Amino acid sequence: MSLQVDVKKDLGGFCLSINFEAELEVMGILGASGCGKSMTLRCIAGVVKPDQGRIVLNGQTLFDSEKGINLPPQKRHVGLLFQNYALFPNMTVKKNLMMGLKAVEKDRKKAEAAVEEMIDRFYLTGLENHRPSQLSGGQQQRAALARILLTKPELLMLDEPFSALDGYLRWKLELELMDILREFGGPTLFVSHSRDEIYRLCDRACVMDKGTSTPVVPVKDMFEKPKTLSACLLSGCKNYSAAKPDRNRGEGTWIYACDWGVSLDCGCPILEDMSHIGVRSHYIHLLGEDEAGKVPNEMECRIHRIIEDVFNMVVMASPVRASKDSDNSQLRLEMTKAQWEDYAGQTGAKEGDMLRIWIAPRDILVLKN
Amino acid sequence: MDWYPLYNSLRIALISSVIVFFTGIFAAYYIAKLNRVVKGILDVILTLPLVLPPTVVGYFLLLLLGTKRPFGIWFLEHFGVKLVMTWYSGIFAAAVVAFPLMYRTARGAFESFDETLAYSGQTLGLGNAYIFWNIRMPACRQGILAGAVLAFARALGEYGATSMLAGYTPGRTATISTTVYQLWRTDNGVLAFQWVMVNVAISAAVLLTVNLLEQKNREKVKRADEKGGGTKGCRCR
Repeated sequence: MSLQVDVKKDLGGFCLSINFEAELEVMGILGASGCGKSMTLRCIAGVVKPDQGRIVLNGQTLFDSEKGINLPPQKRHVGLLFQNYALFPNMTVKKNLMMGLKAVEKDRKKAEAAVEEMIDRFYLTGLENHRPSQLSGGQQQRAALARILLTKPELLMLDEPFSALDGYLRWKLELELMDILREFGGPTLFVSHSRDEIYRLCDRACVMDKGTSTPVVPVKDMFEKPKTLSACLLSGCKNYSAAKPDRNRGEGTWIYACDWGVSLDCGCPILEDMSHIGVRSHYIHLLGEDEAGKVPNEMECRIHRIIEDVFNMVVMASPVRASKDSDNSQLRLEMTKAQWEDYAGQTGAKEGDMLRIWIAPRDILVLKN
Repeated sequence: MDWYPLYNSLRIALISSVIVFFTGIFAAYYIAKLNRVVKGILDVILTLPLVLPPTVVGYFLLLLLGTKRPFGIWFLEHFGVKLVMTWYSGIFAAAVVAFPLMYRTARGAFESFDETLAYSGQTLGLGNAYIFWNIRMPACRQGILAGAVLAFARALGEYGATSMLAGYTPGRTATISTTVYQLWRTDNGVLAFQWVMVNVAISAAVLLTVNLLEQKNREKVKRADEKGGGTKGCRCR
């Protein structure tokens, strides 16, 4: 049970170039909007034809440009949940679900029984004769998923399934989807621009940037050790700087952050092809009174702004020697409200004042382009 | 009053709008998929009858179908059928002139169709023909109906190309519009007025029917929404 995809397609503005394999798992594709994620799913489903490459699902070749194979979507046994769910607006919920069985189940009685069962399982009872426009976003999603699962797909693909929803409903549906995915059990591709969704729902994931996919890695690694700048930014890291190895200090573990104007110890040998470093907002620490000189990577910053968030404090500060030309010199620090109150109580720090911070070497992400 | 022109006009308009309905829809569907250059060229050719004077269209049709022209000769030799100066010559004239109206409105409707609906139909295993008739057409129904009505109205009122292709023979090729002109030319103002009123009445009836259908449909949808999907009928059929 596996899916191998290696295709290229010219999309005008950029070239789609995807290469990954998915096993019996939920595989995530994380990418900003317009990076080619939806197009990837459409190529696999067969509704869009790639320029070249190969797609193999469970040993069956769906597409092979060299051998001239291009199975029509009807024969691929692949389920694709569209962003807008794509329920047929002129049909009732029940009729929509019947469409999932039209090609496989000729016996109308059996088909109706299967649809009834699905309606029951997906909490759509009582809505059989409603039209899609009369359903809530969550009901629409359930109906669309039920319709897809009736076709018994070998591969399930979900294209930004929560983007049309907000807040609480989003979370509720995510929980529902977890159950549905577990029950489905086959390989699943989950496309999203939300790192949180990918982290919670997927086993492994890859990042897509301007049509190019990175190697697939377990989600934990992707978030803790992103390798590229785009992966780092997509994983939610807000502080990054152009950087180069600092040959004048240490045993090759020091790096000079150009935007911040400081040298930092990364604690490990620097790779030659690195171009940036990143630090997560939570991993920049305030320097306590008794810590001076005892912690690594101390830095002096000027506070620009102190912002109270719902649960956190956010402090924007720029290192004193930060490059004046850089529009990326500000650091974002995040901490609990209690932590900030402690610190501000001791030092009286306010906007415009100086702030001393430090960063642990293991929290510095060394990135390439 | 001889009612032949009414009968002839109606059958010409009906037959030509049925032809135009299907050819217009399929042209719109397939041309939308072509590449931009071919699409642009075909678009100009197919829309030309809309902007050309009908007499010019009639001239071109005579060049093609006339008894001394290749196509006309071929038909005469093989089927013994004359394509001009008969009642059905009016069908050719009306169809060509009305075609752009159907083609353009159908194309507009198809272009605003949400293509993901067709895609999801395909991944569900539905055949392309099934998707076309049961998903795409119902979704584009408004535009297609509007195009069909416009095409019918235009076919009913066709004068220029018809008079060149079918001429005016009372009781054989006369239509309402050619009859009105002949009566007026021969100073028979009273009868001309009667035919004008007949034409106005038909056109008004057609428009009224369409409006009523629309209204009924809107009410049905509204009722269904209020009842929570109580009606089983498909709103788009």
